[in-house]
Parts: sequence; structure tokens; C-alpha cells
Amino acid sequence: MSSAVVPTPAALGRPSVFDADANPEVCSRVFQSAIKNQQSKIPPVSVVPASQFEIRPAPEMVSSGVPAVDALTGGLPRGCLTEICGPASSGRTTLLLAALAAATRRGEFCAVVDASDALDPQSVAATGVELQRLLWVRCGESSPQRERSPRRHRNAEKDSSPINQSSEDRVGPRNTKFSSENSLEQVLRATDLLLESGGFGLIALDLGDLQPQAARHIPLTTWFRFRRAIEYTPTILLAIEQRPIAGSCSSLLLQLGPSNNQGETMMLDRSESSREAAAWESPARQCRVAMERASEPRRDGTASDAKDISRIACPTHAQLLTGLHITAELIRSRMDRKPARPVAFATKTAWAG
Amino acid sequence: MPFACIYVPNFPVAAALRAEPELQARAVAMLEGKPPLETIIAVNEKAVGMGIAPGMTKAQAELCAELALRPRSALRESAAHAALLDCAQSFSPCVEDAACDTALLDLAGMESLFGSLPEISRAIYSRAAALGLTANVAVASNPDAAVLAARGLCDAGLCGTGTPFDKLRAGFARVGVAVIPQGKEAEQLGSLPVKVLFAEQIDGEEKKTAARLLETLNRWGIRNLRGLAALPEVSLSERLGQEGLRLQQLARGAASRTLVSVEAPLVFEEAVELEHPIVLLEPLAFLLNRLLEQICARLGSRALATQELRLTLELENFSALNQQSAIKNQQFVRTLRLPLPMLDAKVFLKLLQLDLNAHPPGAPIVKIHLAAEPARPRSAQGGLFLPPSPEPEKLELTLARIAGMVGEDKVGALELLDTHHPEGFRMRRFVAEDPRKSSREKTSDAAEEQSVITALRRFRPPLRAHVTLENGQPTHLVCRNRNNVEGKVLWRAGPWRFSGDWWEREAWSRDEWDIALQNNALRNGEDISFCRLVHDLLGGGWFVEGTYD
Repeated sequence: MSSAVVPTPAALGRPSVFDADANPEVCSRVFQSAIKNQQSKIPPVSVVPASQFEIRPAPEMVSSGVPAVDALTGGLPRGCLTEICGPASSGRTTLLLAALAAATRRGEFCAVVDASDALDPQSVAATGVELQRLLWVRCGESSPQRERSPRRHRNAEKDSSPINQSSEDRVGPRNTKFSSENSLEQVLRATDLLLESGGFGLIALDLGDLQPQAARHIPLTTWFRFRRAIEYTPTILLAIEQRPIAGSCSSLLLQLGPSNNQGETMMLDRSESSREAAAWESPARQCRVAMERASEPRRDGTASDAKDISRIACPTHAQLLTGLHITAELIRSRMDRKPARPVAFATKTAWAG
Repeated sequence: MPFACIYVPNFPVAAALRAEPELQARAVAMLEGKPPLETIIAVNEKAVGMGIAPGMTKAQAELCAELALRPRSALRESAAHAALLDCAQSFSPCVEDAACDTALLDLAGMESLFGSLPEISRAIYSRAAALGLTANVAVASNPDAAVLAARGLCDAGLCGTGTPFDKLRAGFARVGVAVIPQGKEAEQLGSLPVKVLFAEQIDGEEKKTAARLLETLNRWGIRNLRGLAALPEVSLSERLGQEGLRLQQLARGAASRTLVSVEAPLVFEEAVELEHPIVLLEPLAFLLNRLLEQICARLGSRALATQELRLTLELENFSALNQQSAIKNQQFVRTLRLPLPMLDAKVFLKLLQLDLNAHPPGAPIVKIHLAAEPARPRSAQGGLFLPPSPEPEKLELTLARIAGMVGEDKVGALELLDTHHPEGFRMRRFVAEDPRKSSREKTSDAAEEQSVITALRRFRPPLRAHVTLENGQPTHLVCRNRNNVEGKVLWRAGPWRFSGDWWEREAWSRDEWDIALQNNALRNGEDISFCRLVHDLLGGGWFVEGTYD
């Protein structure tokens, strides 16, 4: 037997139990009056139907400067955070500069917040970036903020070891815990200021040399703040890093890495004559192939040695670094794109012609 | 041919009130003279109500606790005079600098620009008020009648003796504005006291002559201009000479002369001398704000903006004080150069604050001098389909804040130098210029293909490396301070020799290698990185200059 619990005014908040089968008319009357009471109590605008929720419009996509990446992702979304991650020599900076060149070609002003002061002006100019439209913020150790802060000065004194005072290290070290924290703080504050200023078409955060351990110190709320700041603006916020750190705040996550497809591994079976021609090709391809070859066990069961590597990639004075072969993989996208296979594209050095 | 006169009554007090607007609600008296023999030279209405009068000594005035005593300042008065001329020149190009507190301007042809004469006079009054000056404005058909009317307004208003100008003010809402119709000068000026004819600040023999004439007229029973105007000319000439006739012409409003036009130099300077030195930057900001607002109001009245602000702070010199010698304060100068002409006092204040935070003066401040270099305001037309660009004012503030954080030389735009040096660039000021269509915009995808250029990430400064050579070629690399830049050299290209600047002390010569490095420290499988290895031929060391990425 089923029973219904209906709150009535007579019960003063205490539920009364009715037997619906025994007295269905009374039950239905009580139900209707209760529903009417509830409806009168609820303000009509307090509950918004799910069908009336505002649908976020799809962001405008603009070219990243690399056709293969555009084909994979549809471009870079405006008003969103895009993460490009990958290890060293995976083409992150190349893609960043290509995006900057494309943005400045569109007449937009861009800004690069450089956490490790790593931007190479010659590379920037060779990529085709209009230099007068690019704002470069070089974060690093030697900042007035650090010099003025007594707390940091004490910390720096504490951290400074005798080895840091040698002449050798005056030109070398910068990868200390302090410097990364300091530069990270500068990066976040500078990015905040630039986002607040507005008017930039692309703001890039270069965290490429930042160790993942240090990058994890960025609170997630910071990325949420950045996302909110650029929402509904035409600004693209682009971050390059070693590992993804923004979590769900990024609308597009792109993983870059070395190219490692079947076409390259076929080079292993090339004849000796074709190997000379291969020497003119990308050394990245050659070296990775050589490494794979070295790591694979030989058919006779013995491991290959380094001589094989040097034999394949023979060093000659005439050799030239012509470029890199890069694979781009779409890890996450909010633009409702179907999962796509990774794409590969080649870069070339400025002197390769 | 109408003329307008702008007259600032009680000029020393008005200059002080312009510099310190918070004194408007208080009784103010101006002091002059060497301590301790200072006497009061000017007071405002509230001070008159408290029984303070010019000529009293400082000691007498100090008995009144609510009275604000201020020393007379030539700097303030010159700034107020410059503001008065700015106000006049914002309406007419033909301006006569009649006195420090009086400016005359020719209004011929101005009706088509600013409206009728009453509207012009009200506009002049409002502009003067915006510049911090409470002025009387009178319009008449000749300059002298306008001057007398403006001074008469002052007397009527300040003394509160009746309302001789009620008829003049009938159509105006504001006090201090009068328009005398042509042909009615004698009628309108007739009720003014005779002393307005001698209100000019004159010294020496002329002052004695004026006092003698005023006494003579008083003895004759001539109290106002109507009486003077009614005297027979021949008899007046026989008794007072040509000066008497001149005064009668003035009283009748019939004197005619041409304006002596002045070309006021475009100098926009404001200064303030402090009684007590300022030590903190926060109170300094209040004073700077006031000076900046005054300068911006003056620039705005001349339809100008500024691209350069010079702040000169006179600092207290302790050493001079200790040596009991002549106190020679040292100056602290900061120049704020802007990429574009701007006219926003708040932006200027913030920029100056950020600049002073980065470069503090280092000693107490006794005098502040602020000068603006005038420039034509920028005229920009935004396009509907043009990409957005940062607002110049906001961008300047942002850049100043970032520069205060990372250093002035660490933020800006890149500029490549004409050199082969690997770091041949310099930072220059980033300016968000108007977007111009460049030739590159029209390029197609082919250009985008070309732009995929392998980029180098530099280590600044380069990493010192220990390199193992084999047949003169690097085979192994160790960086002590970067464990991810070490390992076996798998591939190399080079050496490529570069040298330059051999004619200078900073000569450089080096061999560059492009190497593929097998990094044993990484465990994620991506263990090959491409680096640029440099052998310094002059210093003899090996450095990793960067990675290709």
C-alpha cells in the first residue's frame, strides 16, 4: 500500500499521512492545494529552466600561423586560454612565433611575457613578426622589485652558496629556486596587468623553461582569473610550457613532440647511397631514428652501440641544421571538434633557404 | 567693436586660493615683509568680517585663531597670471595684458563662435572658474569702460554697499558678469565711485598724483563717475589739466584706444613652495595632483595636450645647513616622456607616482615645480573593422607598472641593430600606434608557410659548458648548473665562425655548432634536444647559447 506525505497548513509544518487508496478525492484535493501553495510561495523568476540557460557562443577562431595546426584545431580561439606543451626542442617556441607573426600580420598588437628571458630577437624577426607591434616583457632575476625587497634579499643571501660566487657561475647559473619563483611572480603580475589593460590581440606566456615542479605552484585560481579576464574579449591567451598546468581553464590543449611516424622509420632501411642524401635532411629525424635504432635489439640479439648512431648521422662540416619535424596532438578542445589524429609539420631554420 | 575685461579681484588672495582650494571656506590673509615685521597686504571677505584689515601686523592677526595666514608667493601669482592669460587667449587671439590681475580681449567676430555677448561673458566666467580663478567679467564697447565696469563689479560685490550694478546684473544668473550696451556707457558707469579710476596699481610719483586728484575731487563733492562726467570740460581742464580731461573721458565711457596685443608664450608651469618639507611620497601626491589638474586645465583651455612633463623637486640640503653657509638646495629632476600627447591628470599622477617610487628623491622636498611641454592633441579616428589596440593612457600606466616590477630596460619593443652580433638588439619604447595596413597583410598562405621558422630559445647569460672533443669536434657536453643540458652529442653541424667589432674593446670571435644532445637526465623518452654550442675564441670557453625549439 502506498502512502503520500503532504505538508498542509493545518499541520503547521508537520507532515500528515493520508491513505490515497482509502480516500482518493481528499488526497487529490490536498495535493492540489499543496501544489498551489508551493507555487504561490516560489517566486516565478527564481528557477530558470534549463532550456533558457545562456549558451556560450562559440569563440572566433583565428589562424595559428601553421596550416597543419589550423587543420587540427581549427585555429586559436579568441577569448580563451590555449596551452601548448611539450619538452625542449618540440617546437613550442616555433609555434608561438608563428602565431605572433600571424597576429601581427592581422594588424594586432601582441605581448610576450617571457618567464626566462629566452626570446631570440633574430628568430622573431626571421619568423616575420612585426617588431613594433610586439611588446616583450623580460622577467628574470635582476629586477628592482627583488633588489628592494629585504625579505628576498635575506633569502637570496641565505641561498647563495660559495659556488655561486665563483667567476664561472657569474656567467652561468640562473636556474635557482628563488629566481624561478621570482620570475613566476613577475610573469603572473605582468600578465594580470596586460589583461587588465586590454587591446592586445595575443598575449603569450612563455613558461617553456619553467620546471613543472615550479609551474605547479601557480594556483588554479590564477588561471580562472585569467580566463575570466579574457572572456568575451578578442584576446588570445597562449601559454607554452612543459606540462599542462592550467587544468580545465584552458579551452585548447595542444601537445607537441618530435615527429615519429612510419615514414621516418623507413629511413632505417635506406641504402648506403641514399644515406648521403638523407644527411641533408632534418637532423632531428636522423637522430631520433638513430636513437630508435640504438635502442632496438639487433637481429642477432646483441644491442646496437653508439658507433651505429655516428655512422648514420655522420658529422661533416657541410652539414646544416635545416629544421625540425614536429608532431602536434590535440589533447583537449572545447570547440566540439572530433578527435583527430596527430598532425606533423616541418620547420626550417632561417638559414636553410 | 566689443571688448571684454577679465579682472581678478584681490589678486594675491585669489592666487593663494587657486593653489589651495581648501581655503575657500576659511578666512585668509596674505602676509608680506621680512620676519618679524610682516604685515597683512590682502584679505578675503571672511577675514574682513572677522575684523582683519590690510596693514595689520602678523602678531595682531595671529590673535584670530581661525584666520589662515599665508605668505605672498611670487610663484603662485605668476602661475595665476599665466592662467588668466590662458583663459583670455582661449577666447580671442587679441589679448592685452593690462595688469597682473587684468586681461583685456577683443571680441570682434566672436559672436559667431561663442554666441551672444552675454553668453560669451558667462563662458569666460566659467572658464576662469575652471582654472581656479574667481573673476569679474565685463563687456563694453571700449576697453577702458570694460575695465571700469569689471572693477566696479568688484567694489560693489565686495563692499556690499548697496547694489549699484543691479541694473547691469538683471539678466544674469551669475555674479561677476556685466554687459554694457553700446551708447549706454555713461549711464551704466555713472553710479560707480570715483576711486575706480585710480584702482590701478601704480607706484611712486604717479601714486601721489592720483591721491592728490582723488582728494581734490572729494573736496569738490564728486563722489561718483556721473558727477565727474557732468563737469564742464573747459573748467575741468583749467583746474586739473589734461589728466582731468582724461579722467572725465573715462567716466563718460567715451575713451577710445586700441589694444596692445601680447603673444603669450606657451609656457605651462606650476610651482608650489612648502612651508614644511615633505618627507613622504603620499602627501607629495596630493600636491602633484593639484598642480597637474591646474596644468591640464590650462592646456585644455588652449586646446593643447602634453607629451613631456618635467618635475623639479628642490630638496633640503642638510650639509649646507650644518655648515651654516648659504643654503643652496639641490634639485631633483624627473622627466616623463610620453609616446603620444595626452591630457589626463590622473594618468599623469599615476605615472609620476610610479616613477618616484622607482626613483625616490632621497631628501625632504621644499619646493615643487612642474612644467609641461605643450603639444597638439592627437586626433585618431577608430575604424569599425580595424583590430583593437591598447588605449595609450592605459598602456602607459601598464608599462610603467611592469617596468617598476621587472626593470625599465626589460619591457618594450624589440629593435634589431645593424650588426652580426648574436645579441644585436635593443629595447625601445613600445607604442601602440594606429594600426596601418602593411604590405604583409595581403600575403596569402604561402607567407604563412614561410613563417614556420625554427626558433631559438636563448639562455641569458649563456651556460658555461665542459665539452669533450674528439678530432676537434664536440662529442660530450656537461653543464654543471643545468642537468637537462648535458649528455652525448649525437649529431653536430659546424663550426660556423663569426667575429666582429674587432676595432672596439668588446671584440668577439666564436665558433658555433648546432648539436643534437642525448640527454640522460630526462626519463620521459624525449631525450634529444637541439642546442647551439658556442666556442669563444677570445675567451677560450664553451657555452650553450640556447636550444632550438
